[in-house]
Amino acid sequence: MHKTNRFLKLSGQEPLVITPESNFINIGERTNVTGSRKFLKLIEANDYEKAVEVALDQVLGGAQILDVNMDEGMIDGAKAMTKFLNLIAAEPDIARIPVMIDSSKWEIIEAGLKVVQGKSVVNSISLKEGEDNFITQANIIRSYGAAVIVMAFDEDGQADNFERRIQICERSYRVLVDRVNFPPEDIIFDPNIFPVATGMEEHKNNALDFFRATQWIRENLPYASVSGGVSNVSFSFRGNNAVREAMHSAFLYHAIQHGMNMGIVNPTMLEVYDQIPKELLEKVEDVLLNRNDEATERLLDYAEGLKDTKRTAKATDDAWRKEELQTRITHSLVRGIDKFIVTDIEEARLSASRPLEVIEKNLMIGMNVVGDLFGSGKMFLPQVVKSARVMKKAVAYLQPFIEAEKSGKKEFAGKVLMATVKGDVHDIGKNIVSVVLACNNFEIIDLGVMVPPEKIIQKAIEENVDVIGLSGLITPSLDEMVYLAKEMNRVELKIPLLIGGATTSKAHTAVKIAPMTPTPTIHVNDASRAVGVVSKLLSKEKSLDYTNEIAKDYDLFREKFLQRTSSKEYIDIATARNKKYKIDWSNYQPVKPKEIGFKTLEGIDLRELVPYIDWSPFFRSWDLHGKYPDILSDNVVGKQAKELFADAQEMLEQIVNEKWLTAKARFGLFPANSVGDDIAIYDHKNPSKETFRFLTLRQQLRKRQGQPSFALSDFIAPLESNIKDYMGSFCVSTGFGTKERADKFEKENDDYNSIMIKALADRLAEAFAEYLHFKIRTDFWGYAADESLSKEQLIKETYKGIRPAPGYPACPDHLEKQTLWDLMQVKESIGVELTESYAMWPAASVSGYYFAHPEAKYFGLGKIKEDQLLDYSKRRNIPLEQARKWLNPNLQ
Amino acid sequence: MIENILKERILVLDGAMGTMIQQLNFSESDYRGDQFKDHPCPLGGNNDLLSITQADAIKKIHEAYFTAGADIVETNTFSSTSIAMADYQLEHLVYELNYQSAKIAKEAADKFTTLNPRKPRFVAGSIGPTNRTASMSPDVNDPGYRAVTFDDLFEAYSEQIKGLVEGGVDLLLVETIFDTLNAKAALFAINHFFETSKIKLPIMVSGTITDNSGRTLSGQTVEAFSVSVSHLPLLSIGFNCALGADQLLPHMKTLSGITPFFTSAHPNAGLPNAFGEYEETPEEMVLLIRDYLEQSLVNIVGGCCGTTPDHIRLIAEEVEKFSPRIIHENQNA
Repeated sequence: MHKTNRFLKLSGQEPLVITPESNFINIGERTNVTGSRKFLKLIEANDYEKAVEVALDQVLGGAQILDVNMDEGMIDGAKAMTKFLNLIAAEPDIARIPVMIDSSKWEIIEAGLKVVQGKSVVNSISLKEGEDNFITQANIIRSYGAAVIVMAFDEDGQADNFERRIQICERSYRVLVDRVNFPPEDIIFDPNIFPVATGMEEHKNNALDFFRATQWIRENLPYASVSGGVSNVSFSFRGNNAVREAMHSAFLYHAIQHGMNMGIVNPTMLEVYDQIPKELLEKVEDVLLNRNDEATERLLDYAEGLKDTKRTAKATDDAWRKEELQTRITHSLVRGIDKFIVTDIEEARLSASRPLEVIEKNLMIGMNVVGDLFGSGKMFLPQVVKSARVMKKAVAYLQPFIEAEKSGKKEFAGKVLMATVKGDVHDIGKNIVSVVLACNNFEIIDLGVMVPPEKIIQKAIEENVDVIGLSGLITPSLDEMVYLAKEMNRVELKIPLLIGGATTSKAHTAVKIAPMTPTPTIHVNDASRAVGVVSKLLSKEKSLDYTNEIAKDYDLFREKFLQRTSSKEYIDIATARNKKYKIDWSNYQPVKPKEIGFKTLEGIDLRELVPYIDWSPFFRSWDLHGKYPDILSDNVVGKQAKELFADAQEMLEQIVNEKWLTAKARFGLFPANSVGDDIAIYDHKNPSKETFRFLTLRQQLRKRQGQPSFALSDFIAPLESNIKDYMGSFCVSTGFGTKERADKFEKENDDYNSIMIKALADRLAEAFAEYLHFKIRTDFWGYAADESLSKEQLIKETYKGIRPAPGYPACPDHLEKQTLWDLMQVKESIGVELTESYAMWPAASVSGYYFAHPEAKYFGLGKIKEDQLLDYSKRRNIPLEQARKWLNPNLQ
Repeated sequence: MIENILKERILVLDGAMGTMIQQLNFSESDYRGDQFKDHPCPLGGNNDLLSITQADAIKKIHEAYFTAGADIVETNTFSSTSIAMADYQLEHLVYELNYQSAKIAKEAADKFTTLNPRKPRFVAGSIGPTNRTASMSPDVNDPGYRAVTFDDLFEAYSEQIKGLVEGGVDLLLVETIFDTLNAKAALFAINHFFETSKIKLPIMVSGTITDNSGRTLSGQTVEAFSVSVSHLPLLSIGFNCALGADQLLPHMKTLSGITPFFTSAHPNAGLPNAFGEYEETPEEMVLLIRDYLEQSLVNIVGGCCGTTPDHIRLIAEEVEKFSPRIIHENQNA
């Protein structure tokens, strides 16, 4: 294959491809300690911030490659090279272009090669120390993936005439191409640009020989480029910029004509060739091209007269500085320019009523633009980091003013722990949020990236933080966040949780994370919102309303989300059945209930139920939110909660002592086997006789592969397993007497006690259900006879087995209650009735099933599809439309 | 010989390993096996370790992909470097992890090659990005800081490469590159290993375009990325992960137009939903892959996150209908 188009290709964050059609490539030269005293001083003074500005000036001035040189005896060159290149890698405007790693010391070159992600250029190697060394270095450069500048230099010294130049370049080329297999397009020759007009006879052809050598290289050494340090040529005219600028332009003009395609040029020291005064140009060209013997003297004379008319070149476009204040601030933030930010912020501060207003207004407007640009793919991550840094600088400037306003006392608005979760390295979003929060006077404890959940929890406790912010960008981070929420709940850490990061969503937060913990869990995906959210969370006045509002919003969102209709989200019932939850029945020996059959409990002493009361829902029914017993000492609602609790205790005493209410229960324990999604109930006296059927419904929401689609029937051994399994059912009520009492109170206009008695009756009914479940597990059925759990553990349902209730998420079908009633003869035995809409009466009643298998668990049915509805109507033996009416809330 | 096959037909790479492992629902004790019963820190989620503790399961996944029609499977070594294994205090195990993973995959490949010698199967040693970036600072206040250096990466990758090659891989695949400097360290280590061991294997390189900016995480455009990794004679260059086949298409088009190497693509099964699940079905994905084939953009195609043997099966059936991308003269590194 004849390759006529092998081009030199370099890269920073963007590519630089040099084709024959390309214009001359400018290499920025000011980031060179040997060529710029200013740059040297900055590096020596360790002022890298300003040193980076020098690089940015070069790029804004048109440099397409950035030459970096740290060859100075007083500085550690390798270290300085590494540090500077690392710093400019974080400046997107600079990192865009390729780097030229310029050193005469090999260890500095290698240090540079180890920190650039793009394809850079090494400047330079040569045959100075012989072929072996040359070959070794070329090989290493190649495996780092860089191009190379080869100086016209050999064992005998630097080439200073045309013949030596082409002889050394040709030899170098052949060694590289033939022996190192170095790609010829990655070779750039520097045939040495020497000063002209030195007054020495042998220097008269310096420019001309360079031009001729350049032409020869381009014609005879295929694909190779030619470069050089242009400013050298005008060395004799130091201090006379007008001549130097003209000479650079003229030199470049001719060099380019001869084939020089790149060069180290200070773009601010360059006149436009066409604009060089005619007389000056002629005299300069006479010297460069050695057109007559008096050329040098004539130019020197002419130059003397020019010295006064110096002009300053300005290459940077700073028109934006003339815009109005907010535009300038936004510009600085978007472009990540921190040079003017303090000036502009000071201006903003002077016109603001409070220093904080500058952050809340001016800076946030700018950061919102950054956020929008990032969101629409017009900015990318490194740029955003830069914006954040400018932001930080602005805030650092404002900080003393903000503190002064607070009478010199540094007082934080709150403490926020920030972490990117385990397994994730992405932290830019987190850092931006940290910065913005810090700006707003929150103290930030930043744990960094890949933070294990234990560490987050431990630090949160140690540091006594007010809010935890979690971030993650990759999808497994979502699970980590769920896990952390679960852990926080487990250790009862009640700190509000903020969730952010690219893959997080309100849906995921609402559906997966928030339900894991009772603490407020809020999705905050952009930094500008973080301040508002955290402020509200920590506000004494607003916190409770806000968290309630969020909780309500998320509940609704969750419900809607789970209800959303999308044919894609659901699987057909046959598929769902194939994905049923599979219990390994072969390893399971069901426990036969001690008391098989049906039983009524009456005359229960209500006092026995009191310890089983879960008080948190009691407060909730009074719109007091918080977990018992902490709610009693809550800053905001504690006082009210305490009073309410005292009143409740008083009435409870009366209820118990004066037997205001009567507790009754009916339960059954019987043989059962699942038949598909049904559960067949057998006569306990004649176990081959099926008496009733419970109809269970199966989840059809499409889930992650490998996740089962649950139905309650999955927890009962299937008929075909030939295992004799059991289940139970119950109805408890403490409602008898409630209505009478409530009516009495209402008659006395005592709404408070009317609500109180109902609320207490409800709590007692739940407590009774809990109590009976305990008795079932440990005594009547006895499958967990040795269970010993604390009251808290009971409330948290850490025991084996479940007691789902018809009408609740696992079995939303209210019609099942009729089956329970018929099976247990509830009405006949204890008098609890079902209304037309299958509500229980008295209201303070609970009914449900017992499942004993240790793997049985609560789940939400979610939406089902039409196919299951049809199947259900046949199983239930009711018309389709009637089935639709009852299951409507669960229809997709 | 794989170079010759690539001139004749499009080869199929396997699908996700993680997705398949997830379906097995391994518990902490499954991850630990007998060998690491008493290991001092949790090992759940260390998928690479399963090549030792649940070798049969991993081999079965390879076999499932071969059965589905994959020509190349990737070893289960995405995180098998001392840097990534430090989280699990398993740095000392890196050589063995790579060696065993390569061995399992190679056994599966050999079995299928013997069954049908006309469709030889290959094993690509998967070399992941590690969990640190060499050209970006994790600390916003210290942009010059680096959590990992080229030398650290060189050392870590060298150890991984040795294990993979000695375990019998046919190819080396530097993949999911979000920071090109990490990849350059891997390529440097590969080159060094080749030079010292006198063994040479084909190298595949696969970058990751992270979002709709069309750039890698370290900020490079497609062209800049291609320029930055083309200094070694690669077998192929391509992209994987982060995007679904439809979002990746324009970037593959760009790459295909400029690279002198064979191209590869193994996109995700769409973008993850709010729960981080990939929902694109095999049927949906293959429709998108067909665009790649019709436009002759790829020589090697497979799947990344969320893809399963069913996805690969349909892709394998589809590629048979198309001829491979031809490298044009105007493409050079």
